[in-house]
Amino acid sequence: MEYKNYMKLEFESKSQNEAFARVVVAAFASQLDPTIEEITDVKTAVSEAVTNAIIHGYEKATGMVRVICTIRDNELEVIIEDDGQGIVDVEKAMEPLYTSKPELERSGMGFTVMETFMDKVDVYSEAGKGTRIKMVKKFNSLNRSKDVK
Amino acid sequence: MLLNYEVLDNKLVVKLEGELDHHVSEEIRQELDELIEKKRCKLLIFDLSGLHFMDSSGIGVIMGRYKSISKNGGKVCVIKVSDKIDKIFNLSGLYRIVDKHENLKDALDSM
Ligand SMILES: Nc1ncnc2c1ncn2[C@@H]1O[C@H](COP(=O)(O)OP(=O)(O)OP(=O)(O)O)[C@@H](O)[C@H]1O
Ligand SMILES: [Mg+2]
Repeated sequence: MEYKNYMKLEFESKSQNEAFARVVVAAFASQLDPTIEEITDVKTAVSEAVTNAIIHGYEKATGMVRVICTIRDNELEVIIEDDGQGIVDVEKAMEPLYTSKPELERSGMGFTVMETFMDKVDVYSEAGKGTRIKMVKKFNSLNRSKDVK
Repeated sequence: MLLNYEVLDNKLVVKLEGELDHHVSEEIRQELDELIEKKRCKLLIFDLSGLHFMDSSGIGVIMGRYKSISKNGGKVCVIKVSDKIDKIFNLSGLYRIVDKHENLKDALDSM
């Protein structure tokens, strides 16, 4: 039978919460017996998406950011949502080195990092409504320990 | 996030320890700019051995310092880069403008 688990976290769009969010997701994922490398991948991707929600989604305003995690067997799905300004051209936004905020010394690599460190990244966004990033990571650790037995 | 520095024969060596994300990047950026201004060094070496976590905010911090230092004919390099951070630097093309060295000696020798 499929193993399933679920959690939802909601917090204000303050930069202090970037570290909080990635640590919570890492702690939730620890039941999948991940390697340090896998955990770092997830933490980095979560940090990127949460930071984007805060600096691009809400800019100077304060709103709520939601992080929703689902475990299905050895897979972790992480959804990061904001109700901010949304992205007009998602394809362009996802191009490496594209940033709408070069004056803030952003490098335009956030989406590229998410796509490199996770197995799947989907972006849903509507201008004026908000953005939802859905990422999936497969953990191989559980298989590994089964092999040993 | 901790920032320690020393000046070794006119080269500024900055050691970053902890986690470098968007939240701490603003403060780190300010500290670095003050140091660069005060020490008037043309060569900046980032020792990343103590950097346990970095996201794309770190690229912005290093590229930004490169921009100001290179205007005055200076150079920036990074040493003791972990595999994860190395991957992020590679993705961003940072190594086209910033050199990577194994350790401080190699970096000092190359400059
Ligand atoms: N949640 C969001 N809401 C609105 N716009 C977004 C959101 N996330 C990303 N964007 C847009 O997509 C662009 C690219 O995002 P990406 O994370 O790749 O780069 P960046 O945030 O600009 O720079 P970096 O992540 O390297 O610091 C952003 O500049 C912004 O215009
Ligand atoms: Mg980003």
